[in-house]
Amino acid sequence: MRYPFPVGKSDFIQGDEAIARAAILAGCRFYAGYPITPASEIFEAMALYMPLVDGVSIQMEDELASMAAIIGASWAGAKAMTATSGPGFSLMQENLGYAIMTETPVVVVDVQRGGPSTGQPTLAAQGDIMQAIWGTHGDHSLIVLSPSTVQEAFDLTIRAFNLAEKYRTPVVLLTDAEIAHMRERVYIPTPGEVEIIDRKLPANEEEAKYPFGDIHGDGVPPMPIFGKGYRTYVTGLTHDERGRPKTVDAEVHEKLIRRIIEKLERNREDIISYDAFELDDAEVAIVSTGIVSRSAVRAVKILRERGVKAGLLKLNTIWPFDFDMIEELAERVRKIYVPEMNLGQLYHLVKEGANGKAEVELIAKIGGEVHTPMEIVERVVG
Amino acid sequence: MYLKSAYEIRDKYLRKDMLPTIFCPGCGIGSALQYTLRAIDDLKLNPDEIVWVSGIGCSSRVPGFVNFDGLHTTHGRALAFATGIKLANPNLKIIAFMGDGDAAAIGGNHFIHAIRRNLDVTVILINNFTYGMTGGQVAPTALKGLRGTTAPYGQFENPFDIADLAVSAGANYVARWSVFNYLQGINSIKKALQKEGFTLVEFLSPCPISFGRRNRMKTAPELLRWYQKITVPLAKAKKMPPEELEGKIVIGEFADRDRPGLVREYGAYKKRAKKMMGWEE
Repeated sequence: MRYPFPVGKSDFIQGDEAIARAAILAGCRFYAGYPITPASEIFEAMALYMPLVDGVSIQMEDELASMAAIIGASWAGAKAMTATSGPGFSLMQENLGYAIMTETPVVVVDVQRGGPSTGQPTLAAQGDIMQAIWGTHGDHSLIVLSPSTVQEAFDLTIRAFNLAEKYRTPVVLLTDAEIAHMRERVYIPTPGEVEIIDRKLPANEEEAKYPFGDIHGDGVPPMPIFGKGYRTYVTGLTHDERGRPKTVDAEVHEKLIRRIIEKLERNREDIISYDAFELDDAEVAIVSTGIVSRSAVRAVKILRERGVKAGLLKLNTIWPFDFDMIEELAERVRKIYVPEMNLGQLYHLVKEGANGKAEVELIAKIGGEVHTPMEIVERVVG
Repeated sequence: MYLKSAYEIRDKYLRKDMLPTIFCPGCGIGSALQYTLRAIDDLKLNPDEIVWVSGIGCSSRVPGFVNFDGLHTTHGRALAFATGIKLANPNLKIIAFMGDGDAAAIGGNHFIHAIRRNLDVTVILINNFTYGMTGGQVAPTALKGLRGTTAPYGQFENPFDIADLAVSAGANYVARWSVFNYLQGINSIKKALQKEGFTLVEFLSPCPISFGRRNRMKTAPELLRWYQKITVPLAKAKKMPPEELEGKIVIGEFADRDRPGLVREYGAYKKRAKKMMGWEE
């Protein structure tokens, strides 16, 4: 396999470019998108690379179509991705819910920008955390990952594909404008260096008869992709194990939805990832995600120099959310600070996790700029 | 053409555990479905290589009843989903079974863009002038004056002529019949299935329950007689003055051409990319 970019060495590239390259290394061969700042560079890179690796890159008429097309491609057997920003992500929400309901592995990149609506199109924000987790309709679960460096944007993109395939679910890579447009040194591995996971296919006709049944006991049914002679019917309506619509049967609905949610819940340990920094003896903790974590690392260093026992918990997985871990943290520290580039979206999750065991304080900043380390330090030292 | 019995077609292609269908008495969707299955049967197409795609609404339930791979998607988006399926696996033949609201209202943008790209798909479009499943609201195809629950005093907007729209947007094959036009319907679907690029066969289809009742045509035969009255064959329409054609619907074959389909275009694009990058001679 020949790649249209250097592999097995480092390169100095933007976050968006890193996401595109990682997708191709992860096996993505279908990209559908619609241009939007600050995600367009992902599309532009995919447009350049995809034809060369015998993949498809297509500019759809809108974001609804982009999301639809990647789901279609996934059922035809391809690993598929789209990328957008907040307003486009809103347009994708119905079909994102459809992907959850039909257990379709796809990767959706949301490069956040200022909102609501068109808001601050060229400036950074972290205003889509709630949208990523709860934006679609009904009871559901999906996986949301969040990088804080360009290298992490690369690594988590590969991880996003692997988790999507492993658990037959959409995965949202939630990043922000700062990381998307920032250039950093990234190590691009050779294909042999990275673990690539492919979806479980039915072993035989019998397994293929239950495309939505828990036949292996792990909650993840093998996916009978189209064109293999299995004659699979896929619908967004409530369906039984064979995929037959059963829209007014409460029991069927409950069984289906609970399995879809539980297949992720029972694999929390595999899905949830975080980095702890100076947390062992910390008396105050900072919990953050994405670009803000980088200011938070510096803030912890400054606080330590000033004699404050501070530590940082950087969340790489935002959903499923580890409420238990936050409660354990809250039992050990006096106070938790949540700096984020919105008026309190991660804060709500952390506060719920802390469960009253420690005080939780929001350090909100909106308008397009990342917190400076000193802004965090000053709030902590009061 | 030798016509097999309807039972034979049913037993060969329908999922028995899904029957009966959800369709109301007098509905025309079953007829259009039967014509499509007869066309597939006559052409001896391999069902394992056909994927049925649909959006939301009565006609969109069809992929559930036929024993093929099928994707029943969100309202209006069937052709966007189909774009992904076809480009990811060009060996699959795609039949999109859609309604008029599905294709021309909520899915209007996907419809014209799928045609512009010449996506390789055969659209079987059920046009009953109404939103049947949601209870008879007015559709963008409803002729002026027709009633729906959201236009109780008669539609005041201009209708879309779907076939006309498809021809203008660049479809390779476009035909319109009423479900009354049995042989023309089957032959058109056969033609459509054999062509590359975007092909469309539109059927004027009775919906006595949601549409007919509100427009003084309570039964399917009444609706069929109305279709006979308002439809004009293309050859005849060409000789008629515009004022006589007002309120009429022209039926026939409107386009039959062979522009390269999206799959072929993308294949050539891939080759061009590799050549421009010096990967291939």
